[in-house]
Amino acid sequence: MQTQQARRSSQKHGASPSSLLHIALGIAAVAIPVITVLLVYEIGNGSIPSIQAYGLNFLFTSDWDPFPANGGPPILGALPAMYGSVVTTVLSLIFAVPISLGVALFQAELAPRSVRAPSLFLVEMLAAVPSVVYGLWGLFALVPFMRVYVDAQLGSKLGFLPIFAGQTDGIGMLTAGMILAIMIIPYASSVMREVISAVPTSQREACTALGATKWETIKTAVLPFARTGLIAGIVLAMGRAIGETMAVTMVIGNVARISPSLFLPAETIPSVIANEFTEVAGNGVYLGALFELGLILFGMSFLMNLVGRVIINRLGFKTKQ
Amino acid sequence: MLDYNSKRKYSNLLYFFFASVCFLVALIPLISILYYTILNGVSVLSLDFFTKVTPPIGASGGGILNALVGSLVVVAIACLFGIPLGVLGGAYLSEYPGKFSYYVRLLAEILTDVPSIVTGIFVYQLIVAATNHFSAWSGGIALGFMMIPIVAISTNESLKLVSSTLREGGLALGISRAKTLIYILLSTARAGVVTGIALAVARVMGETAPLLFTALGGQFLIHSPNEPTTTLTILIFDFGTAPYANAHAIAWGAALILLLMVLGLNIIVRLASRLKVKGQV
Amino acid sequence: MNVCRILMTMSKEPSKQNKTRYIIIAVVIIAIIAGAVAYQSMANSSSSSSASQSQTMMSVSSIMSSTEMTSSSATMMSVSSIMSSATSSPMAGGTMPATLPTVALLGAGATFPAPLIQTWTVQFNQMYSGVTISYNPIGSGGGIQQITRKTVDFGASDAPLSNTQFAAAPGLTLFPETLGGVAITYNLVPFGLANGTVLNFTPNVIVGIYNGTITHWNDPAIAAINPGVTLPINLITAVHRSDGSGTTYAFTNFLSDVNVNWATEVGYATSVKWPVDIAMNANGVGAKGNAGVAGTVAQTPGAIGYVDLIYAVQNHLGVGAVLNAAGNYVSPTLQTILWAAQNATGTPNPSDLRLHIVNAQGAQSYPIATYTYMLTYKDMSLNPDLTQQKAQVLAYFFWWEIHGGQQYSTGLDYVPLPANVVAADEQMLLTLNYQGTQLLPSSLMTG
Repeated sequence: MQTQQARRSSQKHGASPSSLLHIALGIAAVAIPVITVLLVYEIGNGSIPSIQAYGLNFLFTSDWDPFPANGGPPILGALPAMYGSVVTTVLSLIFAVPISLGVALFQAELAPRSVRAPSLFLVEMLAAVPSVVYGLWGLFALVPFMRVYVDAQLGSKLGFLPIFAGQTDGIGMLTAGMILAIMIIPYASSVMREVISAVPTSQREACTALGATKWETIKTAVLPFARTGLIAGIVLAMGRAIGETMAVTMVIGNVARISPSLFLPAETIPSVIANEFTEVAGNGVYLGALFELGLILFGMSFLMNLVGRVIINRLGFKTKQ
Repeated sequence: MLDYNSKRKYSNLLYFFFASVCFLVALIPLISILYYTILNGVSVLSLDFFTKVTPPIGASGGGILNALVGSLVVVAIACLFGIPLGVLGGAYLSEYPGKFSYYVRLLAEILTDVPSIVTGIFVYQLIVAATNHFSAWSGGIALGFMMIPIVAISTNESLKLVSSTLREGGLALGISRAKTLIYILLSTARAGVVTGIALAVARVMGETAPLLFTALGGQFLIHSPNEPTTTLTILIFDFGTAPYANAHAIAWGAALILLLMVLGLNIIVRLASRLKVKGQV
Repeated sequence: MNVCRILMTMSKEPSKQNKTRYIIIAVVIIAIIAGAVAYQSMANSSSSSSASQSQTMMSVSSIMSSTEMTSSSATMMSVSSIMSSATSSPMAGGTMPATLPTVALLGAGATFPAPLIQTWTVQFNQMYSGVTISYNPIGSGGGIQQITRKTVDFGASDAPLSNTQFAAAPGLTLFPETLGGVAITYNLVPFGLANGTVLNFTPNVIVGIYNGTITHWNDPAIAAINPGVTLPINLITAVHRSDGSGTTYAFTNFLSDVNVNWATEVGYATSVKWPVDIAMNANGVGAKGNAGVAGTVAQTPGAIGYVDLIYAVQNHLGVGAVLNAAGNYVSPTLQTILWAAQNATGTPNPSDLRLHIVNAQGAQSYPIATYTYMLTYKDMSLNPDLTQQKAQVLAYFFWWEIHGGQQYSTGLDYVPLPANVVAADEQMLLTLNYQGTQLLPSSLMTG
């Protein structure tokens, strides 16, 4: 009654603060899809020269020759960068997933109440460190460590394996994989922790009532229940790892090469773009190729994040940003 | 061979061991980074460090003044775009739940993880290439684009936590939806919104890749945001990869300052929110 | 019940307001997208309209320069007589103004001269406190790209522009502001080589290292030219540039000059496909900028790289002696680089100041010497960011670079420009104009 009167009066007076605010809210909300559309448009637009020149072959060419000796048009392919991105991401997952699971279990199940909050805090600090500081530390602390302790040992003991062959100077895919692993541990572990905590206590209590140890409870009741969510966490971490730029650029060596050895320098899609973007000398196809790499990267990251988020939404959890 | 129960006991112990070791292993890089940064950065701190601009490559001396100011300017511009659009966007998501909001929220979550280099080339194409001009504005806008989804999601979450009785109560009193939103809901969720903004600022302050092609870099203090500028992050990248000991020292010093600012903001925010929770009735 | 119904109806929007709102939002979206598209097309068309503008500019300036030619030919003759008679030091050249207005300028480009250029901008700022010129070392390729797109006020590149690149940037010109040497640098002290040992390299050995045929330091080819040095058995890490680089241009230019295989298989450019990257058993690493290459070599035992001399010296890295055209192993020093320049520069032409001095003749000329160039538009109004005032300040900076600035060269291991190059540069700089108005007063010449 009274409110209906109030509403009618606001309609009579035209633009009231209320509807102005609602329009502002609408514009703000619309900003996010608009930014996404603009992003895809701009990057797609920039890729056109390269798409026209190479078509689908771009994804399968392993040459990267922007200025061929014979003066012809550039021969560019995404394969070395994609290979490096995929290998470093897989490496990082191999290291990060077990550790993240361990950390998540520690934080969710194991830690006594007084230790829990600090443990959460410390792992979040790991996420807060800027990527370029990771790179600086990587360059001066991790690379020498890897060169002397890890690469040398692996090379001498397991050097017959192609993945451990070659010169060990600390700069290469293995070191990049390690740094990525460290950087994605906070993300993966926070998702995993949420998922593990969300398993209903009734399940745990049932196990304990049956006389199970803590480990058996987790193994039989918690983990299978949380399996989907754990996978979502891994997928999200993958999406994060593939887009990481600065730390990787500083330790990966920046060479357009596909080699089985993990010790050898390589490149990832973000590192290629970071290195070569400002210098593309007036050449439409070269710049287009870099944009196309950006488009591929965006697509891969978008897809992984979409899958991960949808799974998590279905499961009904809130995730740490 | 152990009997069955001992096996169970030992596998349980193993699990404890594994989880604890994983946690400690995860902490090692954090400790190492803090150790290296503090050790190498502290020795270069001095009054000169904060009052002089970056030296030419290879020269001795110099400081980080222009980088510090550049970082602050660029982050301020990011806030200018990111905070209003983010907060209002998050408010929309909680005010009008529905299919559209669901998809926008999903998109925002995905956008928080977009590779920052992609944002960089996007804003380069959008602003720098179109205007033929590098500037702190374009760098700030790139960071702003990154802030919007983060702030929107945290605002949305904070508003969701506000009990619906407050909203209904406000409307029942005849207050317009706008006033309800502003005076009742947002002010109740104030702490969460501010926390979200502070965390977004900390995140954005540490970004480098979007700035490489927008703010580009510079040797002097800028007179206006129309000029390109260096920032702490660009400085760390450029000087960290240079072969000069003085450049490395400055890079570590800048890393220390940046780390203090970013971690400090994170710590303050989390402490404040926990104190608030403790002190709340 | 009533209250509930009221609450429920209040919490839902009336459908009419709903519709209007959605229409407004849709219009806003369309407006934003349309605006973005329009903005893009406007930016594109404005650059094309400025292209047509610049064409008329060029025809005007060509008329002007042809009249200038007849009047200034007399001046040129007197200048050359001064050159030949007196020893004109690079520091002479007119009186700079007492003050300059407050402007901010932006340059980007080669990392090779970056230490010198950044020292220049700092010195210039101390002379004129309002003038802040920022130079960003992003690589020669970047310098060419950004000045072509006019996103910076001046560029710098060690690689002279090709005719195609000039065609892509009508009105662009260049002038050398300093010269230096590309040093072959290596890090072998951790493997037992005494600090300061100078290794000899022939061009073919360098080619072998960078195409992956010579993989270890104790290869017979290297041992043969370094008798008396115990070479380590370790693998060679061949470091090269990952970004577009004039240093790479000079280095590969040299290799192409001396080795036919390299010329046909790899060629010379600011960025090449390095055979060592894909060769079996070889190890090639890319790094960004001269700084990156020097840094990687410094941190990688057994690495070899090519960098501007100052980056090797300041990093205390080993510097090799290279076999020159006369058959001598020559280390890069200011003197040997200067000899290369003096022997190979010839008579610089002010309208095309591209100079090629690799593999120079002369008993002790360093074979991998290179000039490095500043890139600017002759008619500075072609750059929409430059006002006449800013253009004039920039022109004064250029003038100071080749005169007062040269005193900082030797301290940073760059070679001061020879007198004939300075003279040619002066000629070129006097033709810098803003829509036809000459930017530098001719009185600078006679000062």
